Amino acid sequence: MSDFTSNYWSIFVAVVSVLGIVYCALLLWFSSQVKVQVHKPDDLTTGHVWDETLQEMNNPLPRWWLWLFILTMVFAVFYYIAYPGLGSFGGQLGWTSQNEYDQEIAQANKALEPIYAAFDAQAAEQLAGDPKAMAVGERLFMNNCSQCHGSDARGSKGFPNLTDKDWLHGGSPDKIKETITKGRVGQMPPMAAAVGTPEDVRNVAHYVLSMSGSPHDSVRAALGQAKFGACAACHGADGKGNQALGSANLTDKIWLHGWGEEAIVSMVNAGKINQMPAQEGRLTPSQIHVLTAYVWGFSNKPIAK
Amino acid sequence: MSLYAASKKIYPRSVEGVFAYWRWVFVAITQIIFYGLPWMEWGTRQAVLFDLASRRFYIFGLVLYPQDFIYLTGLLVVSALSLFLFTAVAGRLWCGYACPQTVYSEIFLWIERKVEGDRSARIRLDDANFSLEKLVKKWYKHFLWISLSIWTGFTFVGYFTPIRELGMEFFHTTMGGWELFWVFFYAFATYGNAGFMREQVCKYMCPYARFQSAMFDHDTLIVTYDEKRGEPRGGRSHQTDPAAARLGDCIDCTLCVQVCPTGIDIRKGLQYECIGCGACADVCDNVMDKMGYAKGLVRYTTQNAMKNNWSTREIWRRVMRPRVQIYTMVLLAIVLGLLVSLGLRTPFKVDVVRDRSTLSRITEEGTLENVYRLQIMNASEQEQTYQLKVQGLPNIKIETQTDVVVAPAQSRWVVVRADIPYGSSPAGSHPIRFEIQAANTRDYLVEKSVFIVPR
Repeated sequence: MSDFTSNYWSIFVAVVSVLGIVYCALLLWFSSQVKVQVHKPDDLTTGHVWDETLQEMNNPLPRWWLWLFILTMVFAVFYYIAYPGLGSFGGQLGWTSQNEYDQEIAQANKALEPIYAAFDAQAAEQLAGDPKAMAVGERLFMNNCSQCHGSDARGSKGFPNLTDKDWLHGGSPDKIKETITKGRVGQMPPMAAAVGTPEDVRNVAHYVLSMSGSPHDSVRAALGQAKFGACAACHGADGKGNQALGSANLTDKIWLHGWGEEAIVSMVNAGKINQMPAQEGRLTPSQIHVLTAYVWGFSNKPIAK
Repeated sequence: MSLYAASKKIYPRSVEGVFAYWRWVFVAITQIIFYGLPWMEWGTRQAVLFDLASRRFYIFGLVLYPQDFIYLTGLLVVSALSLFLFTAVAGRLWCGYACPQTVYSEIFLWIERKVEGDRSARIRLDDANFSLEKLVKKWYKHFLWISLSIWTGFTFVGYFTPIRELGMEFFHTTMGGWELFWVFFYAFATYGNAGFMREQVCKYMCPYARFQSAMFDHDTLIVTYDEKRGEPRGGRSHQTDPAAARLGDCIDCTLCVQVCPTGIDIRKGLQYECIGCGACADVCDNVMDKMGYAKGLVRYTTQNAMKNNWSTREIWRRVMRPRVQIYTMVLLAIVLGLLVSLGLRTPFKVDVVRDRSTLSRITEEGTLENVYRLQIMNASEQEQTYQLKVQGLPNIKIETQTDVVVAPAQSRWVVVRADIPYGSSPAGSHPIRFEIQAANTRDYLVEKSVFIVPR
């Protein structure tokens, strides 16, 4: 780490850079002083002969080459003054790649402003029917959402499917926008102690399976029903969940964290915290608006203008 | 002698003759193509357009994608082999007749000659003190040079931006910054290289000029001075009998030096500066005619022929040596291969990318699903429907739409879900193939991918 805390390398690089220019200048001065011995002035040969017939000639370089050399050295001096290069000296112009990037992004955003302004003027339900907006939405989704939700938005284990009608936190455009902007934390606390014995937990799992008509042991399910009270606080007595809390609907066949007795038992025992990260700050409100329409459009028909 | 020396300006004298004629023929051909091509239309678009922003390269009926760069490689290989072949046969033909550097120098020199006069007039003008006549002539010459340069730069940019729109933008002064930069950059390069640098580019900057010498041998046709016939050189009157005066055929008029665009004396033998333009051969033939001597004191011949006094037939028999035959055959084979491959090209491409986030999932219907993204690139100029099929696992099928419409010369990403019945294949990674058929055509592609079954 001392490379980064001491000035040593910065000074080293600066010295090498300056010496490089000085060396070039000296070499150039020296070479322009040198006189070549010409053996026979009429044909410019130097008298050196190799391989029987190969004679060395002096073909002087045109003087404009010399000026090009000098020009590059002058350029180098001005470059070192203006731009980063001399060790850690940042240059008089204050140029950084970060600044340039920020400027380019700002410029691009400015160019995009009128396009997004037209999108902002429409409600998400209408925007979902605008092919141009949806093409933008697709690109935004691919770059920012598909990493978890998949390119086809159908998710995978732990990452919700966005194309069905099942919503943990609500599927209205407003709710979707809220989810994207602020993110969500889905919390299932470990409930084993509240439910009872390990056997009780297993029974509850079978009751949960029975709610969606999935294969289950009906005796265990009947026993588990009595213990479901602990779950009903969030999932509701009917098990249909509560979008205000973000609790899952247990009566459909959608199993975000795995299907079957074992998956449910481990969920009740260990609980789970599942997180959708907030996109606020990463994406502009206009981009989030387009994404909202795009995601809403997976499971809804757009409303004509 | 210093390592650096001021370069002397060269004033090539104008010349007429067979090589000068062919030089102008090649100047005309190359420039008609260069200036004319961007104005040609093909259907509703420019016939030759390299659209860098959308990464499509239109060459008449062809629409090329960046993925087709192999054809550029092929073109470069053909160019390189052509150079080997031409150089082995007759030296620096490229330099003398087709290289933009010499072609533009020739055009600029022509303008210079029209404005300032021939060699001696130009030398006199440059030596003369400042006068109104000098000012007018110089200004007029530079005005013409700069106009031609800007037109050249404009044409160059016209290969990358539709030239008609570019012309409108030019007149409405709404040209984009980069377009403007490249027009003037290319114009500046033309003006500087053809107006001022000229032979200096060939002598000091061009790597190409140097390595062509490596392809010469003693059977290469080169511009040569016939030393045996010419020496001893010397001036004489028309009436003098050279044999009696113990003189060779060279009358030492130095016209061959005066016409040389690189300022060398061909009588010193083959030199690296010689671009093989044949100007000295032309002017010497004219002089020989006037003197009543045989032509060809300076002529295209080989070093072996010069030594052995070969006839033209003998020379050509040696020129067509195995080296030339092999170059010709390889060149023909590659040109043929390139044409066949272009002719048999499938006018679309497909890129299959397995979805990076979802390895595999179980659907509500109880099937195992993998997700792929297919990029379909339409390289035809019609809207085209593509039919997708998947093969490689029992009962594998595509759940998403199998008919995909792609706009002309556009590419499109589609998400494709492939399903197999749960438990029908063992856990692991299985190779599968996507088969893509362009509807109502015989064009067909197969792309490989994998299907993952979780443990």
